[in-house]
Amino acid sequence: MLNSSLNKNLFNENVEKVSIRFGFGEGLVLAADKDKNVVGLCADLNESSQMSLFAKKYPLRFVQVGVAEQNMVTVASGMAAMGKIPFASSYAMFSPGRNWEQIRTTIAYNDRPVKIIGSHAGISVGPDGGTHQATEDIALMRVLPNMIVLSPCDAIEAKKATIEAAKINKPVYIRLAREKTPLITTEDTPFEIGKAQIFFAPPMDAQVGIIATGALVHKAIIVAQNFAQKGISVKVLNIASIRPLDFEAIINLAEETNAIVSVEEHQVVGGLGSAVAEVLVQNYPVPMELIGIHDKYGQSGTPDELIEHYGMGVPSIERAVERVMQRK
Amino acid sequence: MLQLTDEKKIWMEGKANEIRQSVIEMLVEAGSGHSAGSLGMADIFTALYFFVLKHDPTNPMWEERDRLVLSSGHICPVYYATLAHAGYLPLDELKTLRKFGSRLQGHPHREYLKFLETSSGPLGSGLSQAVGMCLADRMDNGKYSPKQFYCLLSDGELDEGNIWEGVMLGAKERLQNLTAIIDRNNIQIEGYTEDVMPLEPLKEKWESFNWHVQVIDGHNIEQIVGAVGVAQAVFDRPSVIIANTIPGKGVSFMERKWQWHGKPPTKEEGEMALSELRSMK
Repeated sequence: MLNSSLNKNLFNENVEKVSIRFGFGEGLVLAADKDKNVVGLCADLNESSQMSLFAKKYPLRFVQVGVAEQNMVTVASGMAAMGKIPFASSYAMFSPGRNWEQIRTTIAYNDRPVKIIGSHAGISVGPDGGTHQATEDIALMRVLPNMIVLSPCDAIEAKKATIEAAKINKPVYIRLAREKTPLITTEDTPFEIGKAQIFFAPPMDAQVGIIATGALVHKAIIVAQNFAQKGISVKVLNIASIRPLDFEAIINLAEETNAIVSVEEHQVVGGLGSAVAEVLVQNYPVPMELIGIHDKYGQSGTPDELIEHYGMGVPSIERAVERVMQRK
Repeated sequence: MLQLTDEKKIWMEGKANEIRQSVIEMLVEAGSGHSAGSLGMADIFTALYFFVLKHDPTNPMWEERDRLVLSSGHICPVYYATLAHAGYLPLDELKTLRKFGSRLQGHPHREYLKFLETSSGPLGSGLSQAVGMCLADRMDNGKYSPKQFYCLLSDGELDEGNIWEGVMLGAKERLQNLTAIIDRNNIQIEGYTEDVMPLEPLKEKWESFNWHVQVIDGHNIEQIVGAVGVAQAVFDRPSVIIANTIPGKGVSFMERKWQWHGKPPTKEEGEMALSELRSMK
């Protein structure tokens, strides 16, 4: 049922929870230990984006640019031109939110291997309110030629994504969430840019496929487990690599289930759901439901309140599974 | 840096004139592009590529080269023309400017011309890239690295906030081997800079941001070379050279007219411009 490399404790109430961004902080230090060209830049959000671990260990390889996200990425581009592997971190709302054109021209168009780290992505930032809730960043980044877009589902996957990002000579965007998120993967779970993985599979052929990314992957697995107990088989495909996207895994799942639900903490326009729909409509069209934010900005609240209110909680995903089955 | 002899100075003035002629020919052939700034910067480009810069046209990616970032990508006709005269490109290739399949894109793109330090066009991002290059070099080679970093800026692009973010970081990090050169030609697309968005007092602005500032005549080879020498001798701050230039320099009907910022000469205007430039040699 559950992929054998995943955390056995996943369905336990007391499952260990860690902020996804902590995985980035840890991964960056490991990447920096391996390669002296790894450098870090931050725009006055060193602690909260978890670059602080790196900055403490390697102060001479760290640049603090102040509250200036446009500067952060253009300076990073210049450093990459000299052979560095810059990691530039801020809140996703400000980077890539504020500095999109600088990222487009000086990093993606230039094909410089800068790694843009957007922390506090999604609506679960909570009380800070809609101004700080990046729900458009996947769309902004996945539209750029040359850009790799990674959206890890937990802290361990974020660590692996960070290490892989440092190795690949391309621009990369990594989307991180602020809230503590259940550990889904383990050190043994494979991670490869461009590859998706089935995280939950019932023993019989599946009736519905859920394709999920980021912090909501956990909820998708809970939904699949709930249906399994009712005798309905639902498979969950984890997409950590939104670009390049694993076309084969998505098409295979559609062929098996003929019914797909996408799940993301992002606008359904332009995000994972759109990316999956683009693949299916050209290769194997099947009924599809999109879970995510539908044409709205966020507001203040607790992460749980907001996830429920904007239709991304377990009950909403369950209803989407039921709807898509009826549409077969 | 070498001593500038009278002979070399006169030779460079002639080279700048040839580069201006190439600029006119390119723009006529392209049918679009930016005339005024390209002509106005010919002397500075000549001084940089034929005297100041440590570079090797036969080995463009030479690791020890000085780095030059053109932030104001729209004046690329003078950039390409200088690169061609310096031996980086065949002179013949200049007439492909802005054409389909050309390496000489309407604004520079390093995917097409691999040895460019960056791609540019959208204004305001170049200085920060030069700051980043300089910082990276300092991490590897220390404060007294032999490399020099130059960034060419237009005055109009100083309207962009990204510039001043880079200015602040350059000063914070005391990047002594960074020199910005501002093409102070007083025009931008829609008019005179002081009407569109006043920049003055420009010298005092940069001074108050803790940069070393020099103001020079951007058409005087001796002053350009001298100012770069002074900039390199400043050991605690980055330097900026505000180069007063005449937009359209060398072609009397274009000089000082903002209307020539973003348009090319027609074939007839091109002939007039070329005969005027040839008569000055």
